[in-house]
Amino acid sequence: MPEAARSFKVVKPGLATTVQDLGRPGYYHLGLPISGAMDRLALIAANRLVGNEDGAAALEAVFLGPELTFAADALVAVTGADLPPKVDGVEQPGWTAFTVAAGQTLSFGFLKGGARAYVAIAGGIDVPEVLGSRSTYALGALGGFEGRALKAGDVVPLGTANGTGREGASIPPAARRPVANEIRVLPGLYWHRITESAQDGFFEDTWKVAPEADRIGYRFRGGRKLDFVPREQPFGAGSDPSNIVDSCYPYGSIQVPGGTEPIVLHRDAVSGGGYFMIGAVISADMDLIGQLQPHQAVRFAAVTMEDALKARHDETARLKATVPA
Amino acid sequence: MTVKTIQAPLPGTFYRASGPDEPVFKSEGDAVAIGDTIGLIEVMKSFTPVIAEEAGTLVAFHVENEDAVMAGQALYDLDA
Repeated sequence: MPEAARSFKVVKPGLATTVQDLGRPGYYHLGLPISGAMDRLALIAANRLVGNEDGAAALEAVFLGPELTFAADALVAVTGADLPPKVDGVEQPGWTAFTVAAGQTLSFGFLKGGARAYVAIAGGIDVPEVLGSRSTYALGALGGFEGRALKAGDVVPLGTANGTGREGASIPPAARRPVANEIRVLPGLYWHRITESAQDGFFEDTWKVAPEADRIGYRFRGGRKLDFVPREQPFGAGSDPSNIVDSCYPYGSIQVPGGTEPIVLHRDAVSGGGYFMIGAVISADMDLIGQLQPHQAVRFAAVTMEDALKARHDETARLKATVPA
Repeated sequence: MTVKTIQAPLPGTFYRASGPDEPVFKSEGDAVAIGDTIGLIEVMKSFTPVIAEEAGTLVAFHVENEDAVMAGQALYDLDA
């Protein structure tokens, strides 16, 4: 079969369906975010189910699934959010490899839980690498399929499958992380800028995901406004007490403009600016943020660096144990 | 005559009109044709129209204007 025939055509694009792999690290200091899957574990799981390398490019569909017609037979797996896949209207199990035959259409039912589904296809999505990654950074019109979310009519090329994936391969429900109601945070960075009662309040209050939360940042609302320790603003900092002299923004850092609505910077984040940060979400929980729906309630829990490193270690070990490569 | 409950296709904030001073897309009792816009759902700074996939009469809304909706939540009843 000619390579050009290994593709799918986008009938309906979904809301903001993008090509993502494990990201584009190494350029954040130049202002280019790491991009890549918001839920990396789900991407890796989907890739392993169809026999791909962990970092193969797949689709990330948020809230609303796309509709895709395949030009050639393909082994497909959908992980992450509970967004039921259908082949020619027949529902398929999630977290399980299934076949879509040439001419058949992959579509999705309504979202039942989580926020982002990963659609891995054996052979991966064969868009050109940009700076070492196929991930889409839509704000910068870089990578992925023409630097943007998919549109109706797009014909998306697929790589050649290595043949190791098998239909029916599945990851048991116990191995999947449930949707979180608690996100672990390492306080730090500009933590000293808020009062002790504000520090306590941040972790006591319940926060709800704002509808504008996206790949750049996850905004939360509903907790008490943070009070700042009074100071004369230093030269170069803005006049609001939440302003600092411009600084680097780490991936996962939590900025609170005006002290009102925390924003967790995610994979397409800006790399620096003038808002103070109260700390950072631990790396093991960044995947969980990517699965939060708007209006969902969460609390933040303070942990130590030791806890954070252990959580990262445990997550990696769990991935190895439950999702065989 | 059967009444069907139509669900929200995605989570977000539900709007019954295209703007605060605009007329509502549909009122209870209105006829609905396939392709009609019933409302809008705002999420991630974009507005996605809720398009009717079935024709009939709109019997009742389950949500108010500007209500937060989850995907799969009941939006309106249609007498098809």
